[in-house]
Amino acid sequence: MTAFIGLIRHDLRLAARQGGDIGLVLGFFVLAVILFPFGVGPEPELLRRIAAGIIWVAALLAAVLSLDRLFAADYADGGLDLIALSPVPLELAMLAKSTAHWLTTGLPLVIVSPLLALFVDLDPAALPALMLGLLLGTPAMSLLGAIAAALSLGARRPGVLMTLLVLPLYLPTLIFGAAAVEASLSAEGARSHLLLLAALSVAALPFAPLAAAAALRQALD
Amino acid sequence: MLSYLANPARFMRISGVALPWFGALSLLVLGLGLVWALVVAPPDYQQGESVRIMFIHVPAAWMALSVYLFVAVASAVALVWRHPLAEIAAQAAAPIGAAFTFVCLVTGSLWGRPMWGTWWVWDARLTSVLVLFFLYLGYIALVNAFDDASRGARAGSLLALVGIVNLPIIKFSVDWWNTLHQPASVLRLGGPTIDASLLAPLLVMALGFGFLFGWLLLLRMRAALNERKLRALRVYGQALDGSAADEPSSAATRPAWR
Repeated sequence: MTAFIGLIRHDLRLAARQGGDIGLVLGFFVLAVILFPFGVGPEPELLRRIAAGIIWVAALLAAVLSLDRLFAADYADGGLDLIALSPVPLELAMLAKSTAHWLTTGLPLVIVSPLLALFVDLDPAALPALMLGLLLGTPAMSLLGAIAAALSLGARRPGVLMTLLVLPLYLPTLIFGAAAVEASLSAEGARSHLLLLAALSVAALPFAPLAAAAALRQALD
Repeated sequence: MLSYLANPARFMRISGVALPWFGALSLLVLGLGLVWALVVAPPDYQQGESVRIMFIHVPAAWMALSVYLFVAVASAVALVWRHPLAEIAAQAAAPIGAAFTFVCLVTGSLWGRPMWGTWWVWDARLTSVLVLFFLYLGYIALVNAFDDASRGARAGSLLALVGIVNLPIIKFSVDWWNTLHQPASVLRLGGPTIDASLLAPLLVMALGFGFLFGWLLLLRMRAALNERKLRALRVYGQALDGSAADEPSSAATRPAWR
């Protein structure tokens, strides 16, 4: 347990010292959302209809972009070998990495999302569904992203490859997340969609670290 | 039998004998099936003549799913038993499966235009098959993304296994969601609901596609094994010459199936 917490604290400390990383993720998130009004035109009616999709797609892309710093630094300086050799099960180490990634990427995305709802003219009544949806869906993104990051370790173009690998896995989260926001504005309510989002994250919790650990063992051979 | 074929030399001998048979069978069965499907079979009472696209679209879809299952099983065999030919089989099959998926998507789109009035719709079945296509492309990209071929092969094997979760989603998508794509008419509880006069040529076409896959797979696997032999001979020859310095090591470790 101490090793688990220690790994998370190690990653958080690194992220704090290199402060720029969280800022980059948030900056990309904001910029990606801001691009849409320029592209589709600033009419509030149009933006309001696609607001949920814009914010979720931008959150997804921001999460994908932050994935390569999950293992890259440790792989380069040999820290990953030490983690693999330690008595801590590699699956637990993967879980710790994903948790730290979520704390430095997913959580900031959730916190910044109300500001972006302003830019795309999202109905304020949908804000709780948006934030709760992001809160429930971003853990799945961090967990599944760890698989893709581990698979692409040592590849020639890891960033682009990771995007190609991880987007099919992210699709259910995107579909239910955007649908939750839409549903909260209608009579149907967002409950079923949010429950499905939670189910995705909870299902990824045991399986994703397994797959990521297997991928990492292949990479470190 | 799998371990019997593990010896590459024995596999080359057996597949060399089997290859022309697969080719002849696929030509024969596909020819027979196409004539039956396009000329002999009756038109549908509702869709008329355009039902004949089904005889290409449905077998292509069945092959797309089966080939992905083949890739996943071969990947599992490679990871668990380290069968020497399993990775070659998976990497040889993936582009064939991607091609079948592409054919399925295109013929489906061509069929959808007269039937549904649209080239594409984002319902569960079409979306999940598109995801399957991207899984194939991701697998091929991953295997080729590494300078070390064996690292690429292992990473690809893992990805193929992770993506297996998409297969039941595709199969049951028409049951779980309200889709424009019609529900299952052949592989379902209670037996096929399609008429025998249309079911028979459909199954013949499916068999023909299966033989085609077998022929293409053996062709590609033999080509991959020959390429490995060539590479090994080249490296061996240079080692004998003593001029091994100018051949970069990355060329000797390019992926097997290319």
